[in-house]
Amino acid sequence: MDKLIESLSPLERKILPLLKNNSNLKDLIKKTSMNNVELLRALKFLENKNIIELNKKEKEIVKLDKNGLRYIKDKLPERRLLETLKKEPDFNKARKESGLDDDEFKISLGILKSKMAIEMDKNNITLTKEGEKLLNKDMLEELFLKKIKMGIPVDELKKEDKFSFQQLKKRKNIIKIEKEKDFNFELTKKGKKLVGKKLDLNLTEILTPNMLKTGNWKNNKFRRYDIETKVPKIYGGRRHFVNEAKSHIKKIWLDMGFKEMKGNLIQSSFWNFDALFVPQDHPARELQDTFFVKGNKKIDMDKFVPKVKKVHENSWKYKWDIKEAEKLVLRTHTTVLSAKTLAKLKKEDLPAKFFAVGKNFRNEAVDWSHLFELIQVEGIVVDEKANFRNLVGYLKEFFGKMGFSKVRVRPAFFPYTEPSAEVDVYHPIKKKWIELGGSGIFRPEVTRPLLGKEVVVLAWGLGLERSILDYYDIKDIRDLYKNDLKQLKEIKSWI
Amino acid sequence: MPTIKVSKKEFEKYVGKKLPIEKLKDRISYLGTDLEGIEKDEINVEIFPNRPDMLSVQGFARAFSSFIGHKKGLRRYDVKKSGEKVTIDSSLKNIRPYTVCAIVKNLKFDNERIKELVQIQEKLHITYGRNRKKVAIGIYPYEKIKPPIKFFAEDPKKIKFRPLEYNKEITGLQILSMHSAGREYGYLLEGMKKFPFFKDSENKILSMPPIINSHETGKINHKTNDVFIECSGFDFDVLKKCLNIIVCALADMGGKIYSMELDYGSKKTTTPDLTPKKMKIKRDYVNKILGLNLKENDIKKYLERMGYDYSNNTVKIPAYRADIISEIDLIEDIAIAYGYENFKEEIPEVATIAKEDRFEIFKNKISEILIGLRLLEVNTYHLVSSNINKRMNVDMKNVMLENSISDEYDSLRSWMIPSLMDVLEKNRSNEYPQNIFEIGTIFKKDLEENDRLAILLCDKDTNFTKIKQILDYLLNKLNLKYEIKDVEHDSFIKGRVGRVSVKGKDVAYIGEIHPKVLSNFGLEMPVSCLELNLSELFTFFSKN
Repeated sequence: MDKLIESLSPLERKILPLLKNNSNLKDLIKKTSMNNVELLRALKFLENKNIIELNKKEKEIVKLDKNGLRYIKDKLPERRLLETLKKEPDFNKARKESGLDDDEFKISLGILKSKMAIEMDKNNITLTKEGEKLLNKDMLEELFLKKIKMGIPVDELKKEDKFSFQQLKKRKNIIKIEKEKDFNFELTKKGKKLVGKKLDLNLTEILTPNMLKTGNWKNNKFRRYDIETKVPKIYGGRRHFVNEAKSHIKKIWLDMGFKEMKGNLIQSSFWNFDALFVPQDHPARELQDTFFVKGNKKIDMDKFVPKVKKVHENSWKYKWDIKEAEKLVLRTHTTVLSAKTLAKLKKEDLPAKFFAVGKNFRNEAVDWSHLFELIQVEGIVVDEKANFRNLVGYLKEFFGKMGFSKVRVRPAFFPYTEPSAEVDVYHPIKKKWIELGGSGIFRPEVTRPLLGKEVVVLAWGLGLERSILDYYDIKDIRDLYKNDLKQLKEIKSWI
Repeated sequence: MPTIKVSKKEFEKYVGKKLPIEKLKDRISYLGTDLEGIEKDEINVEIFPNRPDMLSVQGFARAFSSFIGHKKGLRRYDVKKSGEKVTIDSSLKNIRPYTVCAIVKNLKFDNERIKELVQIQEKLHITYGRNRKKVAIGIYPYEKIKPPIKFFAEDPKKIKFRPLEYNKEITGLQILSMHSAGREYGYLLEGMKKFPFFKDSENKILSMPPIINSHETGKINHKTNDVFIECSGFDFDVLKKCLNIIVCALADMGGKIYSMELDYGSKKTTTPDLTPKKMKIKRDYVNKILGLNLKENDIKKYLERMGYDYSNNTVKIPAYRADIISEIDLIEDIAIAYGYENFKEEIPEVATIAKEDRFEIFKNKISEILIGLRLLEVNTYHLVSSNINKRMNVDMKNVMLENSISDEYDSLRSWMIPSLMDVLEKNRSNEYPQNIFEIGTIFKKDLEENDRLAILLCDKDTNFTKIKQILDYLLNKLNLKYEIKDVEHDSFIKGRVGRVSVKGKDVAYIGEIHPKVLSNFGLEMPVSCLELNLSELFTFFSKN
């Protein structure tokens, strides 16, 4: 119990004695000069310490509406009519004299009739005995309006109020019901004991530099804190989550002994397509699939042009056109980096393994599952001794490190690989196979012109987006790059 | 990639064997076709573009039947001589110089068959025919045609006929604007003085390739028994393959193939020619590529499963296969027959040394430093609206795309700050401070690319000092001394913008964004920022 008292904040200390005779926040506000927020925080602290039981309540409060406010000043229309009728029994005259509008007059007449305060005979209205009595007595409705002047909770209405409540509710803008939040509280057993104790212990809140200087702290006792209390959130700086994922994947390839490839986003069609044995009339080279960039630039490493031209013309039997090859594109795959890497390789560099993680571009309309900028993970193994089983091996190893233990390959088609294979991984939670990319062995028609001879090159290009979406549980691919700073601060880390 | 719809019942009839549904699904996936789904009697399957011979139920079933070991080896198709002639006029030379033709007799067409025929023609047009540019296919009821047939070019205003599904005769030129097929494919004949036509010996027009057949002589119906087929285009070999694919499918339907004599004036030839092509295959090479240890018998067995014949290191390739360029293509088929699922993975012990790109390491280091300053990294697109420079109050030209999807993304960004301003604009309802950075690629007018770092500080009390503190901290950490010179830049407040140089090289802009620009982005908070050329900065580190 002493520990508990030591942990009370000044605010809690202040209100605790008041809790005995009060049971809701409203009353407390009236009793103290403190505001709503402050008090509520104190009450919550007390609740955490199990000193009170706090219940949030939403109450319906009945209040005067705009006509109600008017009538309480000018009297209810039925009262005014009653008083007029006492002097003026004629229907039409009374109507004028009362100053009521048509609606008010009609309603008042009805009400007085129902109270059996008047009798009507053609155009003549006379007060009954009951009516005479009413002249000197408050009607129930009037009593009710006075009572609710400050607003009272609907569930606190007495039996006799119910009638007036129902009647007035039907009428236009006399009363209204508003919802109000209130908090009820009750001292717990522990709380009740506490209230009787001496609470003012003269505890120290903050350790100040001055106390340290003077040594004053030695005489002080520090108030205990409730260390379980929730604190306001703070955020640090951090990488974009897509880049976190990229770094993670890069690390896997580095662990496996691969060298990183880099290169431009704008590439000639020659390196993006021709060098990869994509015929010049292939649909991928049309405007609807690929972004073409305005401008001219010389094909780099153009000593390969005649060799590539020859292999196209020999294999596809068409007239290869340098103009088509010079067209600039935003690279449609990172495989262009693999082609250029092969072109630069020397005999003594073999065997060699390379990877790249980078953007590529497709001319696609953007929707929840399509973007025009995509991240591809590219890998090649250049090794005279490599074979198709090794390809499956590298892919299984990589995806194993990504957390997918089951990997399969299926036949596929790409212009630059043969054999070609689609790569699927088994999603252990969704319990289905998902396609994550393409792979294969580069065709001799690709490797011969670039390497000078046929060398086995295992190759793969895997889409990263699906894995990232899955990891962060994001449904809409556009959300990867929406740059909502709140999302960027709060999203989990890639571990 | 093209998908075809085939009736499961028909498919099974052609395969000659019925498989349980799960087995069927599995086998289709491993044949080198992508199963989209099987619903009731309909199989939906994606055919890869290297296998146009599988674009019909007949061709698909033919490959499948071999694959599951039911009808193995090379299929033999009998070609009889019809003795009929097609003459090809030299006037076609620069218009549509080649055609190959055949007759298939003894067919029965019901609704299903007509649907199949339309599908073969349509899918081949789109894929192998490159939307009729490379190959246009015409199929005609032979009974309505009197050979010899003539393929010629003529002024389209002079030729009049009733195109398919049209109510009257119009000229060839009118077809381009008045008929739906003319509107769709007319561009293929654009600018030509003469158009290609087929006619028979009675001068009846059969068609105007690659656009449309005649309604009278070019429409297959239930009464048709025999058909005349022509493929026209620019490459004789491609046309021959396409014709082979069609006649083999029709022969599978029960038709009898008849050849025709083509008279090119100087050269005469007969089509179709279904003689299998021969190719040598080396067992060592197969085993080296696949990492297997196949015996000659295995190779024979697997090749037969893919519809080939094999003997003495020689493979006979069916005349309908359009994709066999070299030995490696046969090896893939052996792998498919062996079963991709049966390859045991193996990682060879090859010692290679990993190496991360040094510039990437450098950029990562910088990101780490900035994160230590509690900055948040963002990630924006390389494609931006060319309009964004106007919003930045500068007259800068971005590298433009030839074919953008929308004005929103019609160009490549020339600097980073606008993209990050765009991020701030989108985050106006989020809490401040918003201190962000990005390292990204920008594109210069000469089409060179640079990697740049942009940092934007956006908060009610941000200012030049705060951004300069970051620059100072960053460059100190990199052990670089810098100078700042006063410059003018219309995106920034006058007198509060500078050019930063290191060792005499300009590397950055730094300043407070002009209120006019802030209001262009709807911002009610000041922004101070910098843009640093990391490619340039890295040259100080990469030299040694």
